[in-house]
Amino acid sequence: MSVRAERTNGSGAAAILAAGVGAAALGVMAVAGDKSAAVKSAMIFYRPTGPLSGVTTVAILIWLGSWAVLEWRWQRRSVALGRVCVAAGVLLGVGVLLTFPVVGDLF
Amino acid sequence: MQITVRELWTMVHGMGFGALYLLACSGALVELWRMTTGRGVGEMTVGQERFLKVYLLVMVVLAWGAVLTGTYVVYPWYRAVAPAGTVDLAGYPQRLLMHSAATSGWHSVGMEWKEHVAWLTPMSITMVAFVFARYGRELGRHRQLRAAVLGFAFVSFLAAGVAGVFGAMINKHAPVMGGAVISLSGEGR
Repeated sequence: MSVRAERTNGSGAAAILAAGVGAAALGVMAVAGDKSAAVKSAMIFYRPTGPLSGVTTVAILIWLGSWAVLEWRWQRRSVALGRVCVAAGVLLGVGVLLTFPVVGDLF
Repeated sequence: MQITVRELWTMVHGMGFGALYLLACSGALVELWRMTTGRGVGEMTVGQERFLKVYLLVMVVLAWGAVLTGTYVVYPWYRAVAPAGTVDLAGYPQRLLMHSAATSGWHSVGMEWKEHVAWLTPMSITMVAFVFARYGRELGRHRQLRAAVLGFAFVSFLAAGVAGVFGAMINKHAPVMGGAVISLSGEGR
């Protein structure tokens, strides 16, 4: 009978933290695209959609990029998941808050 | 009975992908909650595990379908710029909302929030589906992973809910209309 070794938490932690990073990136990009004319112009990847196309594409790329790096670094390791989850939660909260226009307008 | 192409795409975006996602998400939240409280994942059979993996994968498709059709199909019609001198703004929903102080908030708060926050939904649920696909029943031994997955799934539900509520209200005040007409019955032929 073979006993499968328990999977480490690194891969899950990488996915969770990357999702937080992506959420925060989305919020930051949304505010930057709204407040800076240069960023707004640079974020027009698809003209009919306007800056939203670039803001979301860049956020997705940051999310996937950070996920790939974290997965590469952590996939066979066990990490301090409590701290990772707190960081991911804070980043997710930042992302949600910054996408809310009333909060974004404070900057 | 007729529907325009723009109305059809708005329906596909909102009812086809968005509303279905919200329905599916409520079911997923219950199952993930059962897992998180330790009253499910340990007893899960291989078949149930496979079912939940497929279920979450379908949710990923619905979430991405909603934001991609919203951003790249419907939104360009919503934000279309009316030619100078246009009096009837019915074909330009954003301009129609901004034209009146009574409705401008639906754009400046509603659409501005919806168009961004909705993207948290596919990000979050993709992560949730990945973690469950990777760990499956082993999640029973990772309490913090289960809690984080549940938290992100809940935020994906809230984000989709915000997008859905504002989408419905915006479309009520300034519907996306126009385009080719599709006749759904024999009338007018």
